[in-house]
Amino acid sequence: MLSVKDLKVYFQVDGGFSRAVDGVSFEIQDGETVCLVGESGCGKSVSALTIMGILPQPPGKIIGGTIFFKGQDLLLMKEEEMQKVRGNHIAMVFQEPMTSLNPVFTIGDQIEEAIRIHERIDEAEMRKRSIQALKDVGMPSPEQRINDYPHQLSGGQRQRVMIAMALACNPDLVIADEPTTALDVTVQAQILNLFKDLQQKRRMSLLYITHDLGVVAKIADQIYVMYAGIILEKGAARDIFYNPCHPYTRALLASLPSRSKRGSKLYSIPGSVPDPAHTPKGCPFHPRCSFALESCTSQFPGMSDWGNGHFSRCPVIYDKEAGKGGN
Amino acid sequence: MGILADVRLFMIKKPEKVEIENCTMISTSPLSNQDILRVEGLKKYFPVRRGFFQNVIGWIKAVDGVELSIGRHKTLGLVGESGCGKSTIGQLILKLIDPDGGRIMYRDKEITRLSQGEIKPLRKEMQIIFQDPFGSLNPRMTVGQSIDEGLRVLHMKGHNERSERVEELMQMVGISPGAADRYPHEFSGGQRQRIGIARALSVEPSLIICDEPVSALDVSIRSQIINLLKELQDSLGLSYLFISHDLTVVGYISDSIAVMYLGQIMEYGPAGVLYDNPLHPYTVALLSAIPEPDPDDRRELKALKGEVPSPFNPPPGCKFQGRCPFVEKRCREEDVAFYQVGDGHAVRCWKVAGG
Repeated sequence: MLSVKDLKVYFQVDGGFSRAVDGVSFEIQDGETVCLVGESGCGKSVSALTIMGILPQPPGKIIGGTIFFKGQDLLLMKEEEMQKVRGNHIAMVFQEPMTSLNPVFTIGDQIEEAIRIHERIDEAEMRKRSIQALKDVGMPSPEQRINDYPHQLSGGQRQRVMIAMALACNPDLVIADEPTTALDVTVQAQILNLFKDLQQKRRMSLLYITHDLGVVAKIADQIYVMYAGIILEKGAARDIFYNPCHPYTRALLASLPSRSKRGSKLYSIPGSVPDPAHTPKGCPFHPRCSFALESCTSQFPGMSDWGNGHFSRCPVIYDKEAGKGGN
Repeated sequence: MGILADVRLFMIKKPEKVEIENCTMISTSPLSNQDILRVEGLKKYFPVRRGFFQNVIGWIKAVDGVELSIGRHKTLGLVGESGCGKSTIGQLILKLIDPDGGRIMYRDKEITRLSQGEIKPLRKEMQIIFQDPFGSLNPRMTVGQSIDEGLRVLHMKGHNERSERVEELMQMVGISPGAADRYPHEFSGGQRQRIGIARALSVEPSLIICDEPVSALDVSIRSQIINLLKELQDSLGLSYLFISHDLTVVGYISDSIAVMYLGQIMEYGPAGVLYDNPLHPYTVALLSAIPEPDPDDRRELKALKGEVPSPFNPPPGCKFQGRCPFVEKRCREEDVAFYQVGDGHAVRCWKVAGG
């Protein structure tokens, strides 16, 4: 349904540019949940904004690549054409529901706005549709809530409104950028269950962006692990969690704290995430990688195929039993 | 108009002393005497004012009768959702705000009613690490000056000794001492959190309140800071109050855990007991809402209904009544005692305690 190929988005910064997204490719099939996983600054949100066509340009600049959605390249579309896709076919849910909702309009007005842009229906019908949209996302007493302003709602309810807005026109693809990061765990569980529910009912595709591997394990069909603007590993959820091939993925999984690891030292990746304006040469992860070879410092490794659509961008073959790498 | 009225509602003016009824303890403290810090029946109410004359129309019961104790060289994890009052407890213990009831005992001394002057020597003993490593360092001070500030204010050492101490501290937290003349914006989030830790350690405290110290950090940096906190605890014999909403982090780092909801401790116990055998319906709900990093476990997360209600004028009875799946008439009528159910394990629910 959606196919992103070799997408490059750079940002102009003082005396140069920062490679926020540097050759990213991924695909989303009908009804599938794809997770983009990575730490802050790895380019996962920029990829999402570019797909939606809402990347601020400048400072951002799309250097190359294609984004095919149902056979059309979104990057070549005119703004009016894009307008028809956005909301109607692809919709987005943002992380911060408070800043993404307009404080001076009721939530009913805001949901109706999304419908009004794409469909010509009368006011009474519209109201019915908005109330139904709120019902679908499990909002308690939607008939009253529809006249509320965003500040009258709690964080979880606001996120439900955001999802209702995104779903109001029955999109084929929803992009959710860290939708539960600002929420408490019990509310996060509600929202995750809601996403799963809605997806089963509507067979929509979901591109879910997060840094939380627990959430990923719960919902992902396919996982793409991003680091410094590139995809380091991709594969089915079980392959990534049970048989991670890239040292970065392994390190991320090993550094998760849990009750069972109590008393032993947590694995930690030395150093910190590189500044996108100065990504290291060769493999961007090599300065922090304990398996790095001489060639990693100069050559960017290609994708190695591990079968079953599982790829990793690392030349080192990891021996699980010995806990060592080899060639 | 709706907006204005609500802004007013949350405009909290200068705190006032409150007359607290029912100050008698309805529970027996499950806590031992071998503790560095003990808190008994701690209360903090914030007045809510409204109207032209700013009349008090009610109280926000941020902390409403809390019992806690932190063992020497131990970590107590304090978990709860946002707005449950866990950060207020941190501020009360440090005496950054004054409690409206209850007692705070540091070692064997009661510090509840000490004045700001009397508390100053104790500032060496208790320090805090904040969540936001960006907001908690002064951008106009070099990190060396920031780390040194505590020593200078408390007249702890001479000038030369102090700069030696700063170097030593920076080494201890894994930052090159040569960076002492640089400013906070030159460091990454993880490094800034290390500087925050060095600053807290400068006056050689025994107890550190860690208020969400790793919540703002990336996964790969988070484990570095958790390991650092553990190492420092072992080498310096520190005690921690580790405040967090992240149950996986708390489960890893804590010796004992207190689960808080709407200003009260719902369950308290050793970390192992609490995770393997949670009793309070809220603890059970919290633990089962954590998504485990295991793709084969696709069971639907058990989500509690609703959200944390406002602590403004809560109804009588159990604080958790509005979301509890097992709620009964008695829960809505009587205040619930803190029942001891095992060795150092206590729970605020009469149903599971069989009370």
